[in-house]
Amino acid sequence: MTTVSMTVNGKSVSGDVEGRTLLSAFLREGQGLTGTHVGCDTSQCGSCVVHVNGAAVKSCTLFALEADGAEVTTIEGMANADGSLGTIQQAFQDYHGLQCGFCTPGMVMSAAALLKDNPKPTEAEVRHYLEGNICRCTGYHNIVKAIMAASGQDVVAVAAE
Amino acid sequence: MHNFELVKPTTIADAVAALSGEDAQALGGGQTLIPTMKQRLAAPTTLVSTTGISEMQGVCVDDAGRVCIGGATTHATVAAEAAAHYPGLAALAGGIGDPAVRNRGTIGGSLANNDPSACYPSAALGSGATIVTNSREIAADDFFQGMFETALEEGEIITEVKFPVPQASNYQKFLQPASRFALVGVFVARYADGVRVAVTGASESGVFRWSEAEAALSDSFAASAIGGLSVPADGMIGDLHGTPEYRAHLIGVMTGRAVAAAG
Repeated sequence: MTTVSMTVNGKSVSGDVEGRTLLSAFLREGQGLTGTHVGCDTSQCGSCVVHVNGAAVKSCTLFALEADGAEVTTIEGMANADGSLGTIQQAFQDYHGLQCGFCTPGMVMSAAALLKDNPKPTEAEVRHYLEGNICRCTGYHNIVKAIMAASGQDVVAVAAE
Repeated sequence: MHNFELVKPTTIADAVAALSGEDAQALGGGQTLIPTMKQRLAAPTTLVSTTGISEMQGVCVDDAGRVCIGGATTHATVAAEAAAHYPGLAALAGGIGDPAVRNRGTIGGSLANNDPSACYPSAALGSGATIVTNSREIAADDFFQGMFETALEEGEIITEVKFPVPQASNYQKFLQPASRFALVGVFVARYADGVRVAVTGASESGVFRWSEAEAALSDSFAASAIGGLSVPADGMIGDLHGTPEYRAHLIGVMTGRAVAAAG
């Protein structure tokens, strides 16, 4: 076992992990941050996306020790300081961007990474950016609408693709 | 996955020393190796992470005008930082996997793995790149030796890749939508001394150069120049996503598109 330390949602945390401990397991089982979901565990579905030093990554395909010393943000870090929903989260609620909700943590984290680099994306850019996040309920339209709304843009009827 | 010890060296010399141990393996961004280890298809006892080695990071241009990319540079960094110097290469890097994969996966890891459907091998072979390791320089024409096979020796790591910059280039990928790998991908690069065409995703022998198309395009750099050419289906990959004949056909289609897009 090796001790790993990182900052998660602004709080310094540490724990003993094996070499093979995935960041997703460290967050969920070590820190109790079960908002980060593990859907496929094969880096296909994107429900485990978190930010490591500002970059969106799949936490099921990264060892916890690789994030030693890093700044990590999870879905639990996306709410406002008073506990109310953050802008992207609120938009997902307003536009019904989820049904079962399993993929939603990864969708919100990917959306946040997109809007950080590209604050006013086109609908096509949103869809392209989400190609590593799989949703089996919504057909994506309301997710795209929510992200367009969160970026402060008009939400028009999105193209059926 | 079986357990292992993770080592995080900060210099190439320390990484090479750590890799001399028994069953030690280099770890780039892990976007292929970690899923492989989960399936227990790989079980190294020591993993040597290259992502903390600063001398293996980044994109620069050398005195010969080549774009030089550190072996541990992520696809996202190449997509952003190589765009001004070698747009065809940057566009290829920006189309690998998905955004989260591009934030972790590295050029050295991709080339060392030499997946027959990966994008980067076609850029390296199609550019006549030089693969630099901790001990030598290897021409791309000598580096790729078949599906998942390369010229790398045990414990040898890719520290840098040097790309001569072409006058025009383009990569066209026929996406396998579930894996986001290339069902067939073609990289076309036009240099002063001729055109190179490298094909990934299609052959059971991994990435290869389509020499007939190179000759035709060197005479006339237009999609019509390869109109009469075809690739035999013999030796092409056949699976549930496409037959060998389908892949062979796609090679011509994607080459034509790449030439048209390169202009």
